[in-house]
Amino acid sequence: MNFEFNVEGGNFTKAGTASSQLKKILKQLNVDSKVIKRIVVALYEAEVNIVAHAYSGKVIIDISTDRIDMVLEDEGPGIPDISLAMQQGYSTASSAVREMGFGAGMGLPNMKNNCDELTITSEVGKGTIVKMAVCLNQN
Amino acid sequence: MKIREVVQLLNAKVISGHDYLEAEVEYTFASDLMSDVLTIEKENILLLTGLANLQTIRTSEMSEISNIVFVRKKKATPEMIQLAEENDMILIECDYSMFKASGLLYTAGLKPVY
Repeated sequence: MNFEFNVEGGNFTKAGTASSQLKKILKQLNVDSKVIKRIVVALYEAEVNIVAHAYSGKVIIDISTDRIDMVLEDEGPGIPDISLAMQQGYSTASSAVREMGFGAGMGLPNMKNNCDELTITSEVGKGTIVKMAVCLNQN
Repeated sequence: MKIREVVQLLNAKVISGHDYLEAEVEYTFASDLMSDVLTIEKENILLLTGLANLQTIRTSEMSEISNIVFVRKKKATPEMIQLAEENDMILIECDYSMFKASGLLYTAGLKPVY
């Protein structure tokens, strides 16, 4: 099952709409509520990152029987030092992002904590690709 | 504690979710940082926040939080109320500071998440 959502850079009014729609889909599929929460928290943080840092992006979701794969591709400034960005507390977010309740350097650590696989590749001046996967059958 | 009691204790005003005042909450988390809210794993949470924008509602939706109290006289916008209603959430506006609201709820028996 595949879904694709567009994410608009800078538009905080729409930030979270992809995560919200995915949450409804996963509920309809009777996925365990704790697993749904992990998935949508990870996706929401990733979505907010595109809104906060990139110009535009898209979310591609693939749901199979045992796992969900989420790929977020953006056109934006890219991340020069990914290991530094992964550190809790490190952030390059603007004051506008902080006013929205984000930008404290917790997004990437939160994503890591809530998914089973996370890979980030980035090219400065071009954009970032975030790949996340979560197992659907967790006990 | 019932939401109805929370409203009385904080001398607050219900903005959305009038039908759910008998709902029970067990824990309170007080934060203006939504990334911190997204780390909470407990259920039956009342969120106290001074951050009144759409992301407060979205964050609560993702975190399975249905009860939000806006402190420091912050007001919910029509867009926030609409999104809250779509998600069956209770929105409450309170004139007290975060500290005063937290203190009253803690004394009355609501638990911290950690």
